[in-house]
Formats: sequence, C-alpha cells, structure tokens
Amino acid sequence: MNRSPVLEVKNLTVKFGPDNPVVDTIGFEVHAGETFAIVGESGSGKSITALSVLRLLPVNASVNADEINLNGVDLLRKAEYELCKIRGRRVALIFQDPMSSLNPVMTVGEQIAEVLKLHFSMTKQAIRQRVIELLTRVEIPEPEKRVGEYPHQLSGGQRQRVMIAIALAGEPDLLIADEPTTALDVTIQAQILALLKAIQNKTGMALWLISHDLALVSTMADRIAVMQNGKIVETGRSASIFQNPTHPYTRKLLDALPSMDSCLGHKREQKPPLLKIDDFKVYYPIRKGIFKRVVGHVRAVDGVGFEIEHGKTLALVGESGCGKTTLGKALLNLIPAYSGRVVMDGIELHKLTGEALRRKRADIQIVFQDPFSSMNPRMLVSEIIDEGIRALYPKVGAVDRYARVVELLERVDLPPDSAHRYPHEFSGGQRQRICIARALAVQPKMIVCDEPTSALDASVQAQIIELLKDLQKEQGVSYLFITHDLGVVAEIADEVAVMYRGKIVEHGEVEQVLLNPKNTYTRELLAAVPRLQNKDV
Amino acid sequence: MVVLWTDALIFVLLLGMIVLSVYMLRNPRMSRPLRQIGTSKTGMVSLTVLLFFVAVGLLDSMHFHSKDSNEIVSVLDQWLSPIRLHGEKTYSAPFAAHLFGKELMVLEDGSPVWAYPRLQYGGAHLDDPESELFYDVLMKASIGFIKSAIPAAIVLVLLVQRLRRRQNALISQASVKAVAWTVFWIVTVCGTLLELSSYYHVLGTDKVGEDVLYQAIKSIRTGLVIGTLTTLIMLPLAIVFGILAGFFRGWVDDTIQYLYTTLNSIPSVLLIAASILVVQVYMAKNEEQFTSLIVRADMRLLFLCIILGVTNWTGLCRMLRAETLKLREMEYVQAASALGVRRRIILFRHILPNVMHIVLISVVLDFSSLVLAEAVLSYINIGVDPTTHSWGNMINGARLEMAREPVVWWSLAASFLFMFTLVLAANLFADSVRDAFDPRRMG
Repeated sequence: MNRSPVLEVKNLTVKFGPDNPVVDTIGFEVHAGETFAIVGESGSGKSITALSVLRLLPVNASVNADEINLNGVDLLRKAEYELCKIRGRRVALIFQDPMSSLNPVMTVGEQIAEVLKLHFSMTKQAIRQRVIELLTRVEIPEPEKRVGEYPHQLSGGQRQRVMIAIALAGEPDLLIADEPTTALDVTIQAQILALLKAIQNKTGMALWLISHDLALVSTMADRIAVMQNGKIVETGRSASIFQNPTHPYTRKLLDALPSMDSCLGHKREQKPPLLKIDDFKVYYPIRKGIFKRVVGHVRAVDGVGFEIEHGKTLALVGESGCGKTTLGKALLNLIPAYSGRVVMDGIELHKLTGEALRRKRADIQIVFQDPFSSMNPRMLVSEIIDEGIRALYPKVGAVDRYARVVELLERVDLPPDSAHRYPHEFSGGQRQRICIARALAVQPKMIVCDEPTSALDASVQAQIIELLKDLQKEQGVSYLFITHDLGVVAEIADEVAVMYRGKIVEHGEVEQVLLNPKNTYTRELLAAVPRLQNKDV
Repeated sequence: MVVLWTDALIFVLLLGMIVLSVYMLRNPRMSRPLRQIGTSKTGMVSLTVLLFFVAVGLLDSMHFHSKDSNEIVSVLDQWLSPIRLHGEKTYSAPFAAHLFGKELMVLEDGSPVWAYPRLQYGGAHLDDPESELFYDVLMKASIGFIKSAIPAAIVLVLLVQRLRRRQNALISQASVKAVAWTVFWIVTVCGTLLELSSYYHVLGTDKVGEDVLYQAIKSIRTGLVIGTLTTLIMLPLAIVFGILAGFFRGWVDDTIQYLYTTLNSIPSVLLIAASILVVQVYMAKNEEQFTSLIVRADMRLLFLCIILGVTNWTGLCRMLRAETLKLREMEYVQAASALGVRRRIILFRHILPNVMHIVLISVVLDFSSLVLAEAVLSYINIGVDPTTHSWGNMINGARLEMAREPVVWWSLAASFLFMFTLVLAANLFADSVRDAFDPRRMG
C-alpha cells in the first residue's frame, strides 16, 4: 500500500491533570479505503484518542503529539475556526448512542441539512434533494416522508442510519465510528455494519472503527490496534493478529471471548423440576380519559410457559423489547402478572399475597444488568448484603449476620474488608459480585440474572460467568439467565428459550438451539452474531 | 420571666438540635461525615458564624418584665440598653453628629436659623464635630478593638493549645485555627461596635430616630424564627406527602396531587391575608389574653410562620415526588422488594436518604426566600407586626428612603449586610453538610 495515509498520528499523549496519561505516546495511521480498528476494554483510552484527534476534549485535557496529520494538514497547529471547517467536512464522527446524539426537537431532515448548510453553499431545493439522496444512501425506506419526521418516530437502527447520513453529508475522507452498534440489537448491528462496508466501498473513504468487541472487529477491519491502559500494545493486519497474537493481553482478550462452540460436549442429565410456569401473561394496560378507563393492553409477555430444573440454567434470549426482562421481573412479582400459573416446588407463587409472599421471596432472587444503579450508594456493602437477612430472618443477631456477610464476600472472591466500604469504591465487575452475594444471602433456589454481564468488559464477563457456574455446582441454585448475547448463552446455559414479541418461538437444549435452530427467527439471530474470523485456521 | 409562644418553640427546637447532635456524636456511622465537616474550613467557619447568629437570637428569646418600666424586654435588650434607649429625633447618617435634615432653630439671640441641629446622643461629647469627629471615631474604635482583642486573644490561644494537646479527633488542626480566627474577628468586631455605639450611631438612625444597628440586631431573631419555624412546619408536610405520592402512586398520588394543586391555585397572598385577619379578629375579641404589644406581635409572627409553612410546602413536595418516582424504579429498590424488605423500611432506608440532598438544598434556599417573603408581605401590611423589628420592615421602610435626595441608604444597607451574612453562612454550611453525607464525594 503506497498511498499516503489519510490520518497519521505520531506520539500522541493525553493527560487530565498531573496524573498518569490516559493516552500514552501512541502512533498509528489510517489509509484511504481501509478500515482501521482500535480495540480495547473500557477505560483503555480509545474514545479519548478519537476525540483528541479532532480536538474535542474538554479544556482541562492536555494533548501532546509530534504530529496529527490529516491529508497533509497538521490538526494540532490549526486555529479553532479552521478546525470547524474540517470537522464534519473532512472528518466525521458517529457516536454510540443514537438516542442522545440526535436533537429530539429537530426533524431528521433539518439535522442533515444543518451540515450541508455549514459546509456547502447550496440552494434550498438542492439541499432537500441532497438530504433525500443521503437518506436513500443509508437505506431508509420512504426517504421523502422521513425527512419531516422527528427522531422519536424512528427505531434505534434507523436513528443510527440517520447519524451515518449526517456523517456522510460532508463527504468526509475519514469516518470515525465510536462503538457505532453497541446500543443496537445483533440483527440491526449486522445491517448497520453491512451498510458502513457498502458505503466505504462506494466512496473509498477511510473508516476508523472503535470497539470493544473483538468478534465484530474481526469481521470488519483490515488493520487492528489493541489498546490497553492508554498504550497500543499490538498492531497489525487483522488476519495475522487473530491467527497469532503476539502480545499476552491480546491473547487474554481472545481467550475471554465466549464462543458458540463451548456448548458442545454439554452433558445432559435429568433433574427434578423446580419452577414451572404456564400460559404466563404480563399486560400493561393502556388507559384513556379522565376516569382512566382501560382501553387496551400492551402485551409484553403473551402466554409463555417453561420449566426450570433444580441446579439448571435456562437462558432466555431475545432482542430488546421482546419482553424478556418484564418476564423476569414478573416472576419475582415486581411487576404484576396478568394471568398464568407460576408453580415453584408445588407452591403456586402467583396466588400468594402479603406476608406469605414476603416469606417466599427468599426462594427467588434477581441480579440486575447495571452494576451502578443496583446498589444504594449511601449504604455500606455489609448493609447491602445483609438487608435480605434482616428482612426475612429478623432473629439472626448482628454478630452472626456479619459473619455471614464475610462468608458471602469470600465466596464471591472479594476481600472481607470490603464490608466496610461503599459501592462506588468498586469496579463494575466487583459490584456485580456484591450483587450476587446479596442475592445468595437469603439462600435462594433460583436466581433471575437479568443481563448480568452486558455492562462488563469481556475478560470480567468471563470471570463472572465462571463464578456463577461455580456457585451452581456448589449450591445447586438454578438460573433464569436473561441475555441478548448468544456467546454467553453457549457458555452457561443448559436450555435456551428464544423470545420474540412476547412469545417463546423456540425452546430446547442449548446445542440444538444454537447449532441446529429450527425457527427462522432463531436462525436470523444466529446469523447476525459477528464471529471471530480465521480463529481456528 | 415571660415565655412567648415563639420563645417556647425556639427552645424546643434547640433541644431537638442538641438531642440530634448528641445522637450523631454517639453513633459510629455518623462520625465519618461529622469528621469530614470538621476538616472542611469553610464548613466550620460558616458554622461558627451561624452559631453566633443563633446565640444572638437565643438571647433575644429570653423575655422578662423590665424593672423600671412594665415593658417586656429580652436579655439582649437589657445588654443593648444604651443603644436601645439613645433615640434621636429622626434620620441621622452613620457616625453623624448632626441630624440628616435641616431644621428651623432659634439661636440664643432669638434669630431663627435654617440649619442641621446637633444630635442628642450621637457625638454629643464632641465640642467641634467638624474637626474632631474623624480622630475621635478612630480613637474610640481602637480602644474598643484593644479592649476586646486582648482578652479574646489570650482565651483563644489558651483554648487552642489545650485542644492541640488533647488531639481532638473530630475537628482538624487547620479548622481549629480557622475557627479561632473567626471567633477572634467576631469578638473584636462586636467589641469595637459596642464601644463605638455608646458614643455614636454606627449605622445611623431611622425615621423615628431609632438606632439602625439595634434594629438590625433585633431582626436576627425574627429572621431565624421565620426561617426555622416555617421550615419546621413545611418539611414534614413536603417530605411525607412527596415521598408517599411518588412511591405508592395510584390513588395516594392522585389525592396528594389534587391537594397541592388546589392549594397552589389559591394565591398564597390571599390565604396569608385571610389568616392574619383571622388572628387579628381573634386577638381583638379576646383582648384580656393579649395585654401587651409584644405578645400581640409575637402571636402574629407565629401565625405568619404557620401560614407561610402551609402555603410553601407544595414546591418541595413536587420535587420530592418526582425524585421518588425516579428512585422507586432504581434497581436497588427492586432488589430490596425482591429480598422481602417491607415497604415502610424501603421508604426509610432507600428513598429518604437519597432525597435528603434535595431537602437540604431547598431548605437553605427557602430560608432566604422566606426572609424576603416576609419583606414583601410587610409591604401590603400582612407581614409581621409593624412594631416587630425585622429586615423585611427595614427594607420596606427603605422604599421611601431610597426616593429621598440625598438618599437614606443605611437601613437598607444594614439589613442587606446582616441578611447576606446569615444566608451566605447557611448556604456554605449546607454545602459542606451535603458533601459530607454523600459517600460518593468522600475524600
């Protein structure tokens, strides 16, 4: 490749205050027509790198580099007003969250036209023409109609398409995509990635992809740089990195990646059933008028039935909005169910009320997705963990309770002195461990795990899954594992139920569902999952 | 000894505060936030200033029948007797020896002159105020400063050294020093002012010749009463209704919302005027119970606090309801109910501590707006009794004074200065309290 690079960064260092640099003397180049990817876990400095290249960091950041060269223009030595002509025109940026990157009070058309007005002198007619053209390019159906619509009228995937259209409006030489699909479902993700590829082929622009997802990067990138703690530890052609990673960190990342094949060799043994649900429905009433008459229902969970055995894991898979979280919470009676039977160990849970229900709550616990909002920030870890014991076993004394807390902390591999600290002092993975300890404190028979690993980095995710599996082996607890990540399902599940629009469309053994799916929706879902390319070549 | 209604409530409040602080000092969980306040210099300095204001307010809340006249006076009045009784005829500027306006005077030879008459007390000891005034003020100020600074310095140095040896765990060395300096300045400023005010009117006199410094000091009690008693009435209503509405939703929410929207839709001035009138009618009918002016004024002040509290809780209630609506969907609340924690315990353990920062901030902000509200109400004659000293009444009077030429600025300036100091100290202290009780800001 003899072409001169579109972007060339030499010895870039970014510091916030006098502390250690967030980005530490890194250098790389991006060539026209290629896809360059930076991969790393959260906090490794990937997004900061992108923002510092465009000089979009807050004023308290100090950015130092020998050179940040964009098509022969040194960005570090440009005045702010000159940079404004470059941002959006020569370089465009797509962010992760399509919900918050669009202005909710402007129509889609206006937001695309804004870029055109800024960088080109065009007539009103021409701008409208171009906006429709751009929307057609990002494959939004009925572009003439969509021009006048507001962001909330579009789906998540469509919003990300609009973001891409805005980025393309300036006809940039370089498109920076910062986790462009992390907030989207797998099927939508596959579509957006295909779209980006197609546009790149057509325009020949350079694509700089930032992601935490190695599998996704392996399908997209030509060259890859692996970032750890602000440093690029390994860089090279995509194929060579995935075939023989040289740096131990890269190898660790690759090993932590859940793979579909891990469900192979899964042993099947019959165990007595623990929980059985039948024709389970959760409807949200739609109310209208001053008397709040119920005029209809949103059917979040619409007639679901399955069984979970003692010490087994049922994975509930589906895209966002399919009702899987609602189902989990309704099982715990956190959301009222509309109808259906829930039987646990012969007791009909859905018929319990008041004190009886409160006593029975010990049997079924929940671990949430977001490790930051699932603990009261004003309580000590010891209080968080022993809350359930205090509520359900008021006779247990303070000394015994504390002993139990220490025992639980050790069980989830946290030091006993964690008990006297506050949740904000822990990392995401450690917080998730505390949440697991809290659930275990009341000795439940079953734990609903609501996407417990999706907010975590791959390596931490693997540790948490390992912990959950160990606990299952030791204590015989069953899991209802709610997730959208099929890789994780392969690691942990015994059975899989695929949910689509409030109904279970396929249910079976993990091997059968993942490797030999019967339902078309399951097949679609599996096809969309990015897989590591060339891993076993 | 005479105990007025507001006096009683103030002392009950004081008792409550003492019990609360003893409880907090004994509770090991509370020692960390308390120690953090102890290390914050701003927090400790503002607390010292606040305590000084509270002490003045307390002195002004101990009333008794004066021996020489059958008036009800407070301990503070007794102490400030020289300033209280040194009335002039009308306006005079700070440190003036003459009245503010010219008057027709008759000279010894019987000829009338249009001139500035000498004051009865202010600078009366001077023979020729024109030349002597400046040096005399400087002299008296230095005497007052030295008189108060020497004992204050000796006592403080001894105390600080004592504390240093005892290694007090609650307050850091740096804040001890800052507090000592603050106390030193408060004492010397007070000493200087006291010395000066036996010869001059440091902040001038008002329309009826009353010393403005005395008025401003007397207003501290009124300000504190309106700020604290109103808050005390408002807080339980706002917290209980706000949290219940947000947490239980459904018909509870509907009822509470109807209640406060209805209350909000009635102009609060109307309600206040009505209730003040009711009180006045009641006092007129039962004259035998309200024999002295000060008892009547006190009754009116109390009812003003109550009605301000009843009309003011809706804003905070709405905010707390919104915050609770957000909190009840938080995953830790759901986890608690999944653990079988009772709902009332969830309210106390998870919801209440997490809305306290809103309560604290809005209480401090309300404190200043309540003092101002009192000024506005005085304007339409439904505020505190015109005989009660209050910053509101002073500001209200300044309305006409500002229109004069030359401007009479000292009433407004004095009330502004005092209010500013009190509200600023309260704000800074509340800031450090909020930071200390938030584990995420732990340092």
